[in-house]
Amino acid sequence: MNKKLILGILLLTLSAALFAQKAKWVALKNDQLHDPQSPAIHVLQQPAEALSLLPPDYTGNLVSWVDALQEHYIEPRSTLFSDTQVNTLEMDIVMGNTGEMPMVMFPHTPHTEWLDCKNCHDVIFKEKVGANPINMFAILNGEYCGRCHGAVAFPLTECNRCHSVARNVFTGKPGVQPKGFIQNRKPR
Amino acid sequence: MKNKTTHSPESLVRRIILSLSLVFFISFSAPVVAEYGDVVINKRAEKEGMRPVIFPHWFHRIRFRCKVCHNELGFKMRAGGNDITMGEITEGKYCGMCHNGEISWTIENCDLCHSGLPGLKSAIHGSNETSGPGRW
Repeated sequence: MNKKLILGILLLTLSAALFAQKAKWVALKNDQLHDPQSPAIHVLQQPAEALSLLPPDYTGNLVSWVDALQEHYIEPRSTLFSDTQVNTLEMDIVMGNTGEMPMVMFPHTPHTEWLDCKNCHDVIFKEKVGANPINMFAILNGEYCGRCHGAVAFPLTECNRCHSVARNVFTGKPGVQPKGFIQNRKPR
Repeated sequence: MKNKTTHSPESLVRRIILSLSLVFFISFSAPVVAEYGDVVINKRAEKEGMRPVIFPHWFHRIRFRCKVCHNELGFKMRAGGNDITMGEITEGKYCGMCHNGEISWTIENCDLCHSGLPGLKSAIHGSNETSGPGRW
């Protein structure tokens, strides 16, 4: 048989398979969570209806949530109660103890736009540079950053979004960075 | 000796077919189809004759920042970490803080939350798992 033909067909199926894997938002009735018999199926908003309008990403919800917020695609409420104080913080921290990987830059701004200080401090992270024995095993196990990343925030397959500071380029010192130093750089 | 180190065209094609079908099966075998961050809450629901609850993070975070539920309302950031009863929701705690007919629809719309397939376990379903090293 014509081998080129077989190869061609296989390559087509391969690209079809890859396409299927990257299929965009699944309808609720097919998501293997919602009961197709549930009356809710015809009432609830479909993911594609909302998410297709937001800045795209290639992973997670296929939405860049930080961009969606910062570029005002969405205006989610910060509080329910009038007396709740809204806290945000502009502070980048570079973590240098990352083995052979690029160093980690943690930006407080996008995190505090979504979360309150108390969500992480001191429940998940001690509020002191160098005081947290963060490691990838714990993170993959759902601790530290893994509390959200890999669950609701971008997944742990995106190494370079955190490990973003190349050692041969960075001239500063690990720890708290001067304001605005790395702040405005996109996380990817 | 030479024959052992070089592959005949047939065996090369066979190898290509094998590896391509492997990719094919990996792509199709266990697709995660639930939306990223979807949470199933089924500690009590099914035992009490209701469908499991599906909580879609994507829907809620368009409208509320994480801090509203995870700071103001006291939802712990761990699937299964919140012991939520309908009684508390009726009293205006947890989901009942918004699902009260003022901010969102009321809890009389049971089916809108209790919409899951029977037998689902309480967990984050639509995400890459974070429940143990080596699962990647």
